[in-house]
Amino acid sequence: MAVKQEEINFSRNEQSETTMLPGSFAKAMRTNVIWQFIRFVAINLKMLIVVSKSH
Amino acid sequence: MARVVILGGGVSGHTAATFAAKWLGNSHEVVVVTPNAKWNWIPSNIWVGVGQMSKEEVTFDLDPVYKKAGITYKQAKAVSLNPEGSETETKPFVTIEYTGQGKEGTSEDVTYDYVINATGPKLNFGATPGLGEGSQLGEHTVSVCTADHAEHANHKLLESIEKMKKGERQKFLVGTGHGMCTCQGAAFEYIFNIEHELKKAGVRDMADIKWISNESFLGDFGMGGLHMKVGGYVVSSKIFSESLYTERGVDWMIGAHVSKVEAGSIDYELLDGTTGKENFDFAMLIPPFAGVGLKAYAKDGSDITGTVFAPNGFMKVDAKYDAGAYENWKASDWPRTYQNPTYNNMFACGIAFAPPHIISKPMSSPNGTPINPTPPRTGMPSGIIGKAVAHSVCDLMTKGESAKLHEASMAEMGAACVASAGKGLTTGTAAAMTVYPVVPDFEKYPGTGRDTDYTFGEIGLAGHWIKHILHHLFIYKAQLKPGWTLIPE
Ligand SMILES: Cc1cc2nc3c(=O)[nH]c(=O)nc-3n(C[C@H](O)[C@H](O)[C@H](O)COP(=O)(O)OP(=O)(O)OC[C@H]3O[C@@H](n4cnc5c(N)ncnc54)[C@H](O)[C@@H]3O)c2cc1C
Repeated sequence: MAVKQEEINFSRNEQSETTMLPGSFAKAMRTNVIWQFIRFVAINLKMLIVVSKSH
Repeated sequence: MARVVILGGGVSGHTAATFAAKWLGNSHEVVVVTPNAKWNWIPSNIWVGVGQMSKEEVTFDLDPVYKKAGITYKQAKAVSLNPEGSETETKPFVTIEYTGQGKEGTSEDVTYDYVINATGPKLNFGATPGLGEGSQLGEHTVSVCTADHAEHANHKLLESIEKMKKGERQKFLVGTGHGMCTCQGAAFEYIFNIEHELKKAGVRDMADIKWISNESFLGDFGMGGLHMKVGGYVVSSKIFSESLYTERGVDWMIGAHVSKVEAGSIDYELLDGTTGKENFDFAMLIPPFAGVGLKAYAKDGSDITGTVFAPNGFMKVDAKYDAGAYENWKASDWPRTYQNPTYNNMFACGIAFAPPHIISKPMSSPNGTPINPTPPRTGMPSGIIGKAVAHSVCDLMTKGESAKLHEASMAEMGAACVASAGKGLTTGTAAAMTVYPVVPDFEKYPGTGRDTDYTFGEIGLAGHWIKHILHHLFIYKAQLKPGWTLIPE
């Protein structure tokens, strides 16, 4: 069976062997406009709270 | 009528000056001394460095903005401070040297009632042989620290892309150019923008990309790393960063002090004492930062620079500079009011204040070379501190010397960092990170030193959109367009 595309980089070198890599679902969600819009609202709210706690 | 003089019209000084002008109105004078004719939204220089934005898109002329705000603008650099005046001048004053407005090279003494030092960093390229001379960038590497540097970096990047298109492999080296650098975040953002652009140009397979940095672990960012919420887990920024670098096929070398730069190669020393050479075709190495080299003189003309400034050239403020060893460091060592302990009409904000110590764990090689990041003072803290200092000074001017000073400790404020690759609204991705507080407080947050509800990171389009919005919002705010005060720092 061929190496899955998202797992290729584990074998780049010793440094890369022990890390974690996103699978195809996690990657797809990064550019899924609906999910990212939800995250956009969530991140903005969190950032606003951080800003208000900082002043 | 009293006068506040603000030295430096960057992120922190511009915030301080514009709020001071708004709060003081016509009853007092606000003077800005800054050598640049244009304001630069520095975070967007990264996009200039990969040709996604022009220099004009990240800068604007200061003169009309200061005219509109009623601020007296002197396009000049501060050279020295006389906080006690001199034998011929009873008031404290700052000596400036013009860099524009048709008065280039002429000097002037500007008296003040209050002074705010917001002169930011000297880009100390000269600290590493071959990286540059003094604050001038050398010929072997590029930088993204100013809009001009970023434009030059983009030209060099395009040259490399052309070579790759002709079948010539290129090695990219990006990171820090000295063992005592800060600003890893900027280099981090730049390396992933390069990676993104190379992919877009169809030449990614012809490029070897490597990160080199003085961090003892990937993801230290000068903050001793951070633990953040990612996908329901609380994870170290080391894991987050190693994952991102591996995913994008970027190699890394950490704990590295760049000791020499030559055409096409650098010499380095690692934390374990080993030394080596690394070749490159394109290198963007951030220089270490120092104070801009202001001098201070007493009334009798004697040199008191060492009283007012720390040895690294940054201004001493109300920090605990004698905290001693790492084990004794506390969040409360960090300054709250940014008032100079000797002269209470002097304040410093942004990068110009001397931090009490670094945030990351101090490290050095067996040869005694210190290799650790110095503390970042990013845009959000620089803006918040600038505003707090302006508030204090305005209260002192309007309510008298007993007015309570405003406080803004980096151990009680957060920072947002969005490292965004690409510019397209659906094609780019960004790592959006928020850290609260910037300086960890292990007494308040015994687990990780930070509040993990507000210290988080994630990769995706959302962060990318935020970066776009921030670019436009901050330039809008800095131009004092309607509603500017509603936009937070
Ligand atoms: C490439 C890059 C990307 C970055 N990205 C981010 C980011 O995404 N998010 C973030 O939060 N932060 C980012 N930062 C950090 C941010 O730019 C700084 O925190 C911020 O600019 C610091 O503000 P400051 O006012 O202290 O210094 P500066 O903004 O550098 O301003 C200092 C000012 O003082 C002037 N000056 C210098 N010498 C003198 C003198 N002798 N007399 C008078 N004036 C003088 C300078 O010309 C300048 O106008 C980035 C930095 C870089 C280099």
